[in-house]
Amino acid sequence: MDSYAIIGAVSVFGACICMGIGSLGSALGEGAAAAAALQAMAQQPDESSRIRSTMFVTLAMLETTALYALLVAFLALYANPFWNYAVAQ
Amino acid sequence: MIKNIDFSKWWSLPTTEKVIGMENYDEIKLLDFGDFYINVTIFNSWLVIALITLVCWLSTRNLTAETKLSKWQTVLETAVLWLKNETQETSGSSNHQYLGMAIGLFCFILVCNLLTFIPWFRPPTASLSTTMALAAIVFMAIPYFAVKNAGIKPYFRKFIEPIPLLLPMNIFSEIFSVLAMGLRLFGNMLSGVMFASILSAFIPLIAPLTMQTLGLLTGSIQAYIFALLAIVYSSSVKKEETN
Repeated sequence: MDSYAIIGAVSVFGACICMGIGSLGSALGEGAAAAAALQAMAQQPDESSRIRSTMFVTLAMLETTALYALLVAFLALYANPFWNYAVAQ
Repeated sequence: MIKNIDFSKWWSLPTTEKVIGMENYDEIKLLDFGDFYINVTIFNSWLVIALITLVCWLSTRNLTAETKLSKWQTVLETAVLWLKNETQETSGSSNHQYLGMAIGLFCFILVCNLLTFIPWFRPPTASLSTTMALAAIVFMAIPYFAVKNAGIKPYFRKFIEPIPLLLPMNIFSEIFSVLAMGLRLFGNMLSGVMFASILSAFIPLIAPLTMQTLGLLTGSIQAYIFALLAIVYSSSVKKEETN
């Protein structure tokens, strides 16, 4: 295996693992937050609009970790500095 | 001196290389002046600004306080009233000092994100330079509003709370909370655009529509969150309670 093959294989593998594990934690957290918000809405339907807007903000902030994983995966796949270095060599 | 004008790049269909590779909107040159160039991000930002200005001008031409309102005025009044209530509830201050920033950020990001329903419109918010510029506005607005509302001393005391040992951590969190705002918007919009273009390469008929529809929802929520977080961060330093 030359350096091209190693770098390419590790990049793709790393991007897939990064997306898988990164989205797992975010999905669990979002599920817990949405479940708690739904419970609160069922108990207090009058406050549902406030709870919903707060829930959306919370969900977006929780989603950020998964988006960071996505950015790292994109970097590994499309803008990999080590790949460019190997090409330039 | 314009060396090269190439507006075909503005609407060009995604080719195979472009779908497989990551599209960098900052690299697509529309107007080439030699020393500098106007890229798609800047041009589309101008389009969005022109659209917002046009709609605002059209809807505020015939403002009335009577019961019979024009459709434009009704829509705009609803939006402004809603944002005003949200701003007051979030910041906890009754005056409208955050309203301009909130409406500006919200409208710009919302129109950018919603215009993705035009096929192959490249939203400026899917470029890191735009989102980081918006985050820089918030980064400068935080000390401005803090000093204006609470004074210089409470603003700097925030950094050594609860103990002065945490000063570097507080500075880092101040910078990275704003950086994360820009990265969040960029990541959301980029993932939407990438999903749509990858899907349209494989299943061009119906399937990209579902992702684009989901993208409209995420886009509006992201615009709301960006404006909301800007207000939350700007109003974080409050005037001290007098005993």
